[in-house]
Amino acid sequence: MSNRNIAFNSETLELVQKIIRRYPEGKQKSALIPVLHIAQAEFDGWLSPEVMDYVASLLRIQPVEVYEVASFYSMFNLKPVGKCVIEVCRTSSCWMLGAEDVVAHFGKKYGIKPGETSKDGMFTLKTVECLGSCGTAPMMQVGADYYENLTLDKVDQLMDRFKKDGKRKSYTDTPEPRNQ
Amino acid sequence: MSRKLLLTHNDVPGIQSYEVYRQQGGYASVEKALKTMAPDAVTEEVKKSGLRGRGGAGFPTGMKWSFLAKPPGVARYLVCNADESEPGTFKDRYLMERIPHLLVEGMITASYALGANTSFIYIRGEYFYVSRILEKAIEEAYAAGWLGRNILGTDYSLDLYVQVGAGAYICGEETALLESLEGKRGNPRIKPPFPAVAGLYGCPTVVNNVETIAAVVPIVMQGGDEYAKIGVGKSTGTKLISASGHINKPGVYEIEMGVPVEEFIYSEKYCGGIRNGKKLKAVVAGGSSVPILPADLILKTAKGEPRLMTYESMADGGFATGTMLGSGGFIVMDEDTSIVKNLWNFSRFYHHESCGQCSPCREGTGWMEKILHKILDGHGTLEDIDLLWDIQSKIEGKTICPLGDAAAWPVASAIRHFRAEFEEYVKNPKGIKDVKHYYRIHKLQEA
Repeated sequence: MSNRNIAFNSETLELVQKIIRRYPEGKQKSALIPVLHIAQAEFDGWLSPEVMDYVASLLRIQPVEVYEVASFYSMFNLKPVGKCVIEVCRTSSCWMLGAEDVVAHFGKKYGIKPGETSKDGMFTLKTVECLGSCGTAPMMQVGADYYENLTLDKVDQLMDRFKKDGKRKSYTDTPEPRNQ
Repeated sequence: MSRKLLLTHNDVPGIQSYEVYRQQGGYASVEKALKTMAPDAVTEEVKKSGLRGRGGAGFPTGMKWSFLAKPPGVARYLVCNADESEPGTFKDRYLMERIPHLLVEGMITASYALGANTSFIYIRGEYFYVSRILEKAIEEAYAAGWLGRNILGTDYSLDLYVQVGAGAYICGEETALLESLEGKRGNPRIKPPFPAVAGLYGCPTVVNNVETIAAVVPIVMQGGDEYAKIGVGKSTGTKLISASGHINKPGVYEIEMGVPVEEFIYSEKYCGGIRNGKKLKAVVAGGSSVPILPADLILKTAKGEPRLMTYESMADGGFATGTMLGSGGFIVMDEDTSIVKNLWNFSRFYHHESCGQCSPCREGTGWMEKILHKILDGHGTLEDIDLLWDIQSKIEGKTICPLGDAAAWPVASAIRHFRAEFEEYVKNPKGIKDVKHYYRIHKLQEA
């Protein structure tokens, strides 16, 4: 990664500049979280030091200001991840209604435990705190999409779909039509 | 008790779009406020309505607005708190997803009342797809002339933006939210100064929850006095309740304040009773941070009166026998549910989400989680239960923000009401571990 030329394309750069203009003069640091989301989506799903340095240069702030923010928020990945980051909610109603079974299923059938990436680099499994989908528990998030009322069969169907698709998922993707 | 003020049109096909929303009378509150009311008159109606913040704390909204400092030449901000992260709570997501223009309309009307010319909707990052829905609604509102310069030909101008967070429960606390909006870690600020004096970029700022801002629309349209006629006592209007857990009909319900809890749980109109014919064991009534109550105390107060879905009735008896309406995140647990395991799940959540700024919270939440894990693992002692009690008492009220209280209250209430269950884990760990304590997916598939 360190040898890679880190730069947004002109279209993305225009979007970033548009976001920066939302804030009052001198308060461009407010754009940091939105821009980090864009950077993570653009540069392989994670924020390398080089990517964070680049974001700091765009916002005219110190690199450490980016590092301290990126390391605080759970949605930012600070090491490489698979193309699909599967985030299983483990809190409250999701936990009461079987989230642990979903996590265990990933371990048994797909060989990935929370925090691990599959050998083919396709999937990273994460457990996350309440995603606000308690009425449709258990659930998981992949990219911008929520998959709710999970059963193990439904998980398998989704995994097949993701594998077939083979594309990287990110939070900034256009979401699928809602399907609970 | 079935009047709806917020979800009136949520079943209308296409209500997400501007055209349909407008056909249903949308944006009339903006028209009424900007053309016929002075900003202070809008605040006055909100005060008369008795509306209380729907994010959890329940502070009177009109009073909060009236605290806003108005030094000349200084920008003021309205920030909508859409960082809904309280376990058990998903009503704001429902509202924004189904009727995004209702929030946009409320933001314009409320911003006008407060004299804010730039406003933000800070939404949790996980709701990225909802942020897209809101952004589209905002674009439509700009195109139709409800946002931008000189709205409706008046001298009032407003820009409205959606800002996404990145996965931190603490950013639901209003000062942490402002820090995050300024591009920093979500560390809560010491108050005072309150945001009404020094908020976003050091300027006077009001931070209100999604549901609170949406409620401004019906308040302006029908008047504060009419709104105040709905409900019971100081709990006026309607409330969105997110119901989940072991119930037949989980979902978001708009209730008039004052519905009996028993009716809410058992009637077909709402939760439809407990799944699989089981008995009710306990309820967390207002999101994971409020005290858990056993069945007898959630259905009736200590005085034996029916417990109502109001701020006052939920709090009746204080924390000894009462709880809080909080965010309206209503988590129902059946007779098979292990309170100890649930508490461990909650404690793990608060440990994970503590920002680490205050020692009691940073150290205490982790300590509580570890002790609960030890008890669940069959290695607990009776002294551990007392230690848990002691730790929670040393967190509550001793931190910069309310996350410490939120972590402590579930522990205190679980021990207070279910101590025997903790002792059973300690005395008979093997017996307890053999019991199935929560639904498993294969069971659901068999059903």
